[in-house]
This record gives sequence, structure tokens and C-alpha cells, in this order.
Amino acid sequence: MNLFLSPLIGGLLIGASSSLMLWGLGRITGISGIYSALFSFKKENYWKYSFIVGLVVGGLLLYKIYPSNLFDYKISGSTSKVIIAGLLVGFGTRLGNGCTSGHGVCGIPRLSQRSIISTITFIFIGMLVVAIEGALQ
Amino acid sequence: MKSLITSFLSGIIFAIGLVISGMTNPEKVKGFLDILGNWDISLAFVMVGAIFLNFFTFRKITKNKPLFANTHFLPERNDIDLKLILGATLFGIGWGLLGICPGPGIVNLVTLDTNAIIFVLSMTTGMFIFKLFEKANN
Repeated sequence: MNLFLSPLIGGLLIGASSSLMLWGLGRITGISGIYSALFSFKKENYWKYSFIVGLVVGGLLLYKIYPSNLFDYKISGSTSKVIIAGLLVGFGTRLGNGCTSGHGVCGIPRLSQRSIISTITFIFIGMLVVAIEGALQ
Repeated sequence: MKSLITSFLSGIIFAIGLVISGMTNPEKVKGFLDILGNWDISLAFVMVGAIFLNFFTFRKITKNKPLFANTHFLPERNDIDLKLILGATLFGIGWGLLGICPGPGIVNLVTLDTNAIIFVLSMTTGMFIFKLFEKANN
């Protein structure tokens, strides 16, 4: 698909998904927050389970239909790098109350000051890390 | 029940959006972050599409009560504190290292790729460590 068209369509779908969540349940679609609440096993969290199940089912549908076109990539890195990245993403998103979905996709449209600052910070730091990695190679 | 079905559908649509957009592809994400190298700006359009749509829909939606709830649950804090900045910084380091954020991490589990599984296990552990850290601080 077109280089810019598929990101744009994907982005619109992500927007539609989070709009549906706000319209139906009045909730913000913040994936790190939703996911981290799965381990507290509370009844008011049932909607979070169904969201995460939906996320996996949606992924599985595409994986079954288009395994080679849409999943033709590798998560490359040593095991220790994957672990460190995972730990930082898990800890950081909880400490900062959100990730790309909660702060970026949902917070920026609400013009939340915290979300705007958060998104600028993690994108800037992400760019810095990639630049440093590039310089070291 | 209606709310559970709605959030299930929302999850499905979100996953499809993530995969189609390229956000689940760490090579693509790292290309977007590689602003000083071989910059691939295309993923910026994911944010543009999502934010543009939500900017209008969120405004309209919050004028009325949600369909299956009595109120909207919106974050009310507006203060910029050290935790917010530090949290975003740590997250940014992890995201930059591997090119995977939480949503794509979970969706990538469907490939049963070893690194995808290790990433989500580590992310979950990081969240638990935060919980312990929070408890110790209270």
C-alpha cells in the first residue's frame, strides 16, 4: 500500500477505536493503563479484559489472513536488549501515566497539557536513543 | 454486556489500525525515530490521522453522556511533575531501543515470536516493579 496512505488509514482506525471507547464507555483508550490493571482482578475492570482480548483477536485475524504482507518484520535485538526495553517501557509508562495511546492518541486531542509534554518527551528521547545508537555503530 | 462488546470491538479496531499503520513493525518505528539518519516520516501520519479525528469526535462525544455509562472518566490533572517527565523519558528510552510501545507489543504476541513474548513479559515485570516502588513510597 501507499507509503503514507496506510499509516493515515491505520491512524484513522486507531482514532475511530478510541472514539468508540469514549462514546460507549466514557473511557480513555490508554493501553499501558488498561493492560497494567489486568493484574488487579477487579470486577470494574472487565471492560479492560475485553479490550485486550479484542486487541489480540484483531491482531490474530490479520495474522491469519495476511501473515506475509503485514507481519514481514523482525523484532531484532539481543535478549538482554529486549528485556531492558520491556522493563523501561513497563516502568516508564506507569510512572508517567500513559503511553502513545493514552497520552498521544487520546490526550493531545483533548489538549491536555500533561499529554502534550509527555508525547513530545518520549518522541524526542526515542529519537535521541536512535541517534546515539546510530552514532555508535 | 453492551459495554464489554463495545470495548472488545474497540480492541479489534485498534489492533487493525496498529498493524495497517505500521506501528507494530519495529523497523518502521525506528525509521520514524531516526531523524538524523535515514528518516522515514510516514508514521507521523498515524498520529496525524488519529489526533485529527479524535480532535473533532472527542469534542462532540463529551457533550453528552456515554452510551453505556453515567459519566465520562477523563483525567483531570493538569500539573507537569517530575514523575511525568521521568516516566516519559524512561518509556522513550525503551521505545527507542526496540521500537515497540505497549499496544504493538501486545498485538505482536500473535506471531509467537520469542522476542515479542520476552518484551511483553519484561514490560509486565516493569509495571510490577513500579507497583512495588509506589507501595514503598507510600
